[in-house]
Amino acid sequence: MSMGVPPPIASGAAAVVEAEAARAVSDDVLGEAGPGSHVPIDMRAERRQARKERRRLLLRRPGFVIGFLILAFWIVCAIGGDKITPNPPLVSVDAGGLSPRAGFLMGTDVLGRDVLSRVMAGARDVLIVAPIAATLSVAAGTMLGLLMGYYRGWVDEVLSRLVEVLLSIPVVLMALLIVATLGSSRLVVIMTVAVLFTPIVTRTVRAATLAESQLDYVTSARLRGEGGLFVMLREILPNIRPTILVEYTVRIGYAVFTVATLSFLGAGIKPPSPDWGLAVADNYQLIQSGQWWGTLFPALAIASVVIATNLVADSIEAVISS
Amino acid sequence: MGRYVLRRVALSVVTLFLLVSAVFLITSVLPADPGRQVAGPFAPQATVDAINERLGTDDPVLTQYGRLLKSTITFDFGESFQLRQPVNDLLWPAVGRSAKLVVFGLVLTVPLAIAAGMYAARKRNTFADRSIVTLGVASSSIPEFVSGVTLQFLIGVKLGWFETLALAPRGSNLITELRYLTLPALALVVVYFGYIARMTRAGTINALDADYTRTAVMKGLPNRRVMRGHVMRNALQPTVSVIGIQIGYLFSGLIGLELIFNYPGLGRLIYNAVGAKDFPMLSAAVILVGIIYMLCTLGADLVIAWMNPRARMEGARS
Repeated sequence: MSMGVPPPIASGAAAVVEAEAARAVSDDVLGEAGPGSHVPIDMRAERRQARKERRRLLLRRPGFVIGFLILAFWIVCAIGGDKITPNPPLVSVDAGGLSPRAGFLMGTDVLGRDVLSRVMAGARDVLIVAPIAATLSVAAGTMLGLLMGYYRGWVDEVLSRLVEVLLSIPVVLMALLIVATLGSSRLVVIMTVAVLFTPIVTRTVRAATLAESQLDYVTSARLRGEGGLFVMLREILPNIRPTILVEYTVRIGYAVFTVATLSFLGAGIKPPSPDWGLAVADNYQLIQSGQWWGTLFPALAIASVVIATNLVADSIEAVISS
Repeated sequence: MGRYVLRRVALSVVTLFLLVSAVFLITSVLPADPGRQVAGPFAPQATVDAINERLGTDDPVLTQYGRLLKSTITFDFGESFQLRQPVNDLLWPAVGRSAKLVVFGLVLTVPLAIAAGMYAARKRNTFADRSIVTLGVASSSIPEFVSGVTLQFLIGVKLGWFETLALAPRGSNLITELRYLTLPALALVVVYFGYIARMTRAGTINALDADYTRTAVMKGLPNRRVMRGHVMRNALQPTVSVIGIQIGYLFSGLIGLELIFNYPGLGRLIYNAVGAKDFPMLSAAVILVGIIYMLCTLGADLVIAWMNPRARMEGARS
C-alpha cells in the first residue's frame, strides 16, 4: 500500500510476493518496523508522548512539509472560492485567448474568463468530492475488513473472492460504466468512487486484522469473555489504526486522480463549473495552435494535488512504521 | 506444475464469470429502464419500447443474464447500438491499435524501470536512490491525461520533435506509425515507470539481503554470476507480477490518452460508447478489458511459478 499506484491486485502466488516486496520497501526505507503498540491504559501519557514525537518527526520530513503546504494552499482556495479570486471565475472579463500577462497571470480562456481565477476556484469541487468518497470507502472497508478478518469462515472466503474480482477491473472503467447507466451528478460520482474503493480498503484492513488476531492480546481478550464487537473495535482497531491512516491518505490521492479523470471524460462534474478536469477537457484541443495556458495550468493543479497527497501519505507511512 | 496451472486457470474462469455478472448488474439491473436512459426523458413511450425490444431489455432478467453469458463465451455481443454494426467489427481493429500503443509503451517502460530499480537497490539510501523512488511516486500518481497534455505541449508543440496527434496517415510503415505513437507512449512511461521501478528495487533489495546470496558470495562465485543466477532470478518476480497487473490499467489509462492524441483505439471506442449509452458495445469492451487483464495476471503468475518452484508448490497445496 506504500505504492503510489493503482491498487496492486494480487492473484494467487503474486499476492504473497507482492506483499513481501511492499514490506521490504517500507522496512528498508524506514528501518525496522517496530512491534505493534499494545499499550495498557495506564500508559496514556506515554502514548501521548509518542504521538508528539511522531508529529515532530513528520515536520522534519521535507516531503511532508512541501505536500502539506501545497494542500493547504488549495484548501484555502477551495474555502475562499470566488471571494478570493482576482476576477469572477464564471464570467467573461476580457477578450478571449489572451496569453499570460500582467493582470491575467495565467491568461484568459476562449470565453475570456480569467484562467487564474478559474484554477483557484476549481479546487472546490475536487476537494469536496474526493475526500468524501475516500472517507466513505475507508469507513465501509474498515468495517468489512474487521468482520472478515476476525470471523473468517465461508463468508470471508466468498467475499474475498468477490473483492479480488472487483479489483480486477480498472476503477476508471467501472466508474465510467456506472456513471453511464446512472447519469452523472456529484452524488453519483461520490458513491461510485466510494463503492469502487471499498474492496481495496477491505483487503488491506482484512490482512491487518488477520495478523492482529493471531496475537496474544486478542486471545486473552477473548478468554476474558469479551464479545466480538468489543474485541474488534476496542482491541484490534486501535492497533491497526496506523495502517488505516496510511490507506486513507493514499485513497484520498487516488480519489482525486479518479474524480479528475472522470470529469475530464465528461462523466463527472458538469460545466460551467471551473473544475480542473473539465477545464482540461474543454481546452486541450487548443494546444495544437499554441494556446496552452487554458489546459496546462489546470492540469498542473491536478498534478500538484495528487503529488502533494502522495508526499504526505508517504511521510506518514514512513514515520508510523519507524 | 500441471496441477498449479489447472488451479490457476480455474480461478481465472470463476473470476471472469463474476466479472460478467458485475457488468450485467450494472448495465441491466441498475438502470430502471435502459430504453428510457438511451432515448432521454422526453422521447415518446413507443420509441422507448422499441429500444428496449432491440436491446432485449424487455426480456426476463434471467434470460438477459443467460444471453450475456453466452455472448461472453462466443464473444459475440451483437450489434452496436450507436453505429448499427456488429460490435466485433468495430472492437477488434480498435483493440489492435490500442495494443500497438500499449506494447510500444511497455517496450519503453520495462527495461528503463528495471534498470532504474536495480540501480536504486544497489545504491540504497543514496541521493540517486531517493530521487528514483520519489520521482517514481510523483510521476505514477498523475493521471494519464495530465502527463499526456503536458508532453504534447512541451515535446510536440514547443520542441516539435514528434507528431502531436497519434494516428499515422493510412499506409504508413511501422516506423512512421511508431513515431506518431511516441508521445502517448511516453505518457505511459511517465505513469508506469515508477511502480515497476519501485517493485524491482524492493525485490532486488530482498534478494541482495537473502541468505542464498550471502552463501553464493561466500563460496567465492564471481560477482556477475551472483547477480545473474541468484539475485536477478529472485528479484524480478514481483516485477513480473506487477507488469501483468499493470497491463489491465494501461488499457483503462488509454481512454484519456487516446482522446488527447486523437487515436481511434479501444479507449476512444469506450468513451464514445459511454456518451451514446451504447450498452452492447460497453459490455463487450469492459469484459474484453477484464479478459485481457486476467490473461496478463495469469501469464505473470505462470512465469513466476516457472521462476520459483516454491510459488507453484504453495499454489498447488492451498
